[in-house]
Amino acid sequence: MLDLLKEPVLAVQEFVVLAGRAFQNIFRKPHYFDDVILQMDTIGVGSLVVVVLVGLFSGVVMALQMSRALAQYGEVEKTGTLVAITLARELGPVLTAIMMAGRNSSGIASELGSMKVTEQIDAMRALGTDPIQKLVTPRLVATCFMLPLLTVIADFVGLFGGWVIAIVKLHLTSRLYWTSSWQALEWNDVAQGLIKPLVFAVVVSLIGCFYGLRASGGTQGVGRATTQAMVAATIMIFITDVMITEMFVSQGVS
Amino acid sequence: MAETGSPSVLRFENVTVSFDGEAVLRDVSFEAFEGESRVILGAAGSGKTVLLKTALGLVQPDSGRVLVFGKDLGKMREGQLFDIRSRIGMVFQESALFDSLNIEENVAYPLRNQKSIRCPAGEVHGRVEQALDFVELGGTLEKFPAELSGGMRRRAAIARAVVTAPPLVLYDSPSAGLDPITAHTIMALLIKERDMTQTTTILVTYRYQDGNLMANFRYNSKQGRLEPARHSDGPLPCTTFMVLREGRLVFEGDQDRLESTADEYISKFCKHRE
Repeated sequence: MLDLLKEPVLAVQEFVVLAGRAFQNIFRKPHYFDDVILQMDTIGVGSLVVVVLVGLFSGVVMALQMSRALAQYGEVEKTGTLVAITLARELGPVLTAIMMAGRNSSGIASELGSMKVTEQIDAMRALGTDPIQKLVTPRLVATCFMLPLLTVIADFVGLFGGWVIAIVKLHLTSRLYWTSSWQALEWNDVAQGLIKPLVFAVVVSLIGCFYGLRASGGTQGVGRATTQAMVAATIMIFITDVMITEMFVSQGVS
Repeated sequence: MAETGSPSVLRFENVTVSFDGEAVLRDVSFEAFEGESRVILGAAGSGKTVLLKTALGLVQPDSGRVLVFGKDLGKMREGQLFDIRSRIGMVFQESALFDSLNIEENVAYPLRNQKSIRCPAGEVHGRVEQALDFVELGGTLEKFPAELSGGMRRRAAIARAVVTAPPLVLYDSPSAGLDPITAHTIMALLIKERDMTQTTTILVTYRYQDGNLMANFRYNSKQGRLEPARHSDGPLPCTTFMVLREGRLVFEGDQDRLESTADEYISKFCKHRE
């Protein structure tokens, strides 16, 4: 039994050490600003299209589904309210983070995993560079900047998708839709909608780096690390989502 | 054999290294001195690469001590190890060039990133060109590693290892997987580097021919090629052979002793003397 637990406990310990060093390096020299900008482009700009599409269609689907439910109570004009709250609190942050996990956790794991199995990580250490400072911290910082931004974009595009349905299918006025959406949102919704992506960014980037740096066993090992990173990041997104939501709910601000 | 009058460059004292409870280096002890060449022979999985990584401080021993330039690596933190590593050049088995950087950036990497080197930015390009000319790869500065052949990548890796002029250079199977002509070219570069800069060289290989070249040939800088050391002026290169078997050091001595050994495993490595 203890032997079975040994490996997961060691993995958690390694992850905590990696996370600690990655955060510590934010405040320590040398800073690799070029790598941060490069990662912002790869992780953020590179994910823009997929995030916009997911945001748009989730807004469209939410408007369609909610309008059907609201019609039973004669409250179709509240569609904007529900779309806005659902997107800002849950769907925007979670769907964007899942897209990032699929695209970037796996991407980071495969890139770092390939470097690991071809001894490039060892070479980096041999040539005077801390791989966590050079590879992990820039990815962490870049993801923490880009994921909240992408979430905001996904929220707005989702609201736009809901508006299209409200106009074309539900025959609501633009004014009614946007007013109900705007009035529905409170500061705590915005706070929740920004805290979640920040936490998800830490999860997505560090899990990708963790599995990448642990890769072993050639190309097969890289493939395994990639899959594990995506699966673990997705599960952790949902677990942390529950924890954050519970915190807001228990404080009576949900 | 070792020049006991010269300062110690690398010293292993009863070093044992294990991975997942399995020992890959067992109680290994040896000492390499300044200007000496060491050829470490061994079959795949005998612990050759781990030995080099332990010498660099990339792998921590479970027991024993590793001293590089007289300093105990076990007592150093990662930041302090960077200073020691800046005095060691390392050529990894598969070159380990950074895929995302071109050859110029790869070779310039230690100059730009090793704090203790402190190479002025204006000098980096010149030193990179010099190092690439040394390995006869001038003109590949803009190319990426994926655009080069296996032999060219190995040469670029040698340029990266020696660009900082380190006093100790470690080579991990530099001729492995190369055709005989390219392998000879790589070995000629190793000998050229050793003889022109008087570096201490640790060569890990499974090819006895490589060790034979190290022990018996010298680089003639006037003619620009290798020549048998016995035909040239000066003493023979000081070369010590070591043989690893399943993590244990089973032989340490000169080439004559190696070739006269009755041990079946050791003698398998020296059947093909050129």
